[in-house]
Amino acid sequence: MSSTLGLYNYWIVIFLMMVGFYVVIAHGNLIKKVVGLNIFQTSVFILYITMGKVDGGAAPILDDAVTVYSNPLPHVLILTAIVVGVATTALALALIVRIREEYGTVEEEEIHEQDESL
Amino acid sequence: MLAATALSVVFLRDLFTIVMLFGIYSLLSAGFFVTMDAVDVALTEAAVGAGVTTVLMLGTLALTSRKEKISRTPPSMIPLGVVVVTGLVLVYGTLDMPSLGDPDAPIHQHVAPRYIEQSYEEVGMPNIVTSVLASYRGYDTLGEVVVIFTAGLGVLTLLGIGGDDRHRVRPPEMAHHLVLRVISRAMIPLILLYALYIQFHGDYGPGGGFQAGVIFGAAIILYTMIFGLAKAEQLISPLFLRYMMGVGVLIYGGTGVLTLLLGGNFLDYDTLAHDPLHGQHYGILAVELGVGITVTAVVISIFFYFTGRGSQSGEDEQ
Repeated sequence: MSSTLGLYNYWIVIFLMMVGFYVVIAHGNLIKKVVGLNIFQTSVFILYITMGKVDGGAAPILDDAVTVYSNPLPHVLILTAIVVGVATTALALALIVRIREEYGTVEEEEIHEQDESL
Repeated sequence: MLAATALSVVFLRDLFTIVMLFGIYSLLSAGFFVTMDAVDVALTEAAVGAGVTTVLMLGTLALTSRKEKISRTPPSMIPLGVVVVTGLVLVYGTLDMPSLGDPDAPIHQHVAPRYIEQSYEEVGMPNIVTSVLASYRGYDTLGEVVVIFTAGLGVLTLLGIGGDDRHRVRPPEMAHHLVLRVISRAMIPLILLYALYIQFHGDYGPGGGFQAGVIFGAAIILYTMIFGLAKAEQLISPLFLRYMMGVGVLIYGGTGVLTLLLGGNFLDYDTLAHDPLHGQHYGILAVELGVGITVTAVVISIFFYFTGRGSQSGEDEQ
């Protein structure tokens, strides 16, 4: 595989990561920020899984017919990270719901305005 | 494809569309994980990202607003500049990275060969991901389970407590839709069965406690959406779920303490039976069970709290 193609996956990862980053810092809506964070998170997952890939390797489940496996370690790390990710996302969403109940809005600017007017 | 979906998330303002697109995005990345030979990860991402996260985000939308408001300050170029510069620096960093699929990359030189070559003799399980998850890196996984448990507690503190149960208005049930009712009756047992298969077959094929817990939770969420929160809470009481969240962590930690008492290290399953391989088997089974119970309980209770909130704030507006 040529070197440019070999790095293509990393560039997609960086692109996704930056899209997520942009959403987090440029948008005022809290729910959209959480979606941005999740995109960022997924890009990290993809980075790890990309690193674990071995050419011609099979999924890391032992079988007599297979000799080359992809690296199981990143799979384990990402597997748990995904489930932890959903738990923390749920916590963030719960916070948003409470903020909405107290402030009546999920827009960052309006929340700041209400804080300053106190 | 992933990039296109992510971009559309930036430009759309209708949050409902964004959440749906995010579900598609997750499903696409699950497909990507399959092509990268990471079947366990793909299974988790499909169940969690495309399923549970989307449902939770929709629940939040129902409680807040569907539209993103247009910002009053003019859009500044600073965030875009920061993002582009950071991206370029990272691209410069990748020039030194090993290319995709290179078997000589540093990541494949360290502990991974040992896991691949010796895990069958030491742990006795065909699925290396499960061996590493539950045995070699058992401490990490215990930590992850505690994080999930803590997140469940956090949601409970934020949303679960403080509501007045007597005045709750139940959201309209969908039980009068005949097609939905019949199909979900047929589907739910199958989903539950599949979750159990994933739970106990994780040693041999892709699967394990994390995935099974999420799929089990999804079945109950489906039931709740069709038949209403009240019936689902009769089926599984929230109090019971609260206990089960803790019980899962206790099973995991208890297995570790048991191995300590039997003279081994914490989470060293060799001591659980005379034959170390059998010990490993029992240990992993117990630990996966603990993981599964905690994940199921947390997923279902988080969903219950979001739904319960919805009916309360609906009442406030009346």
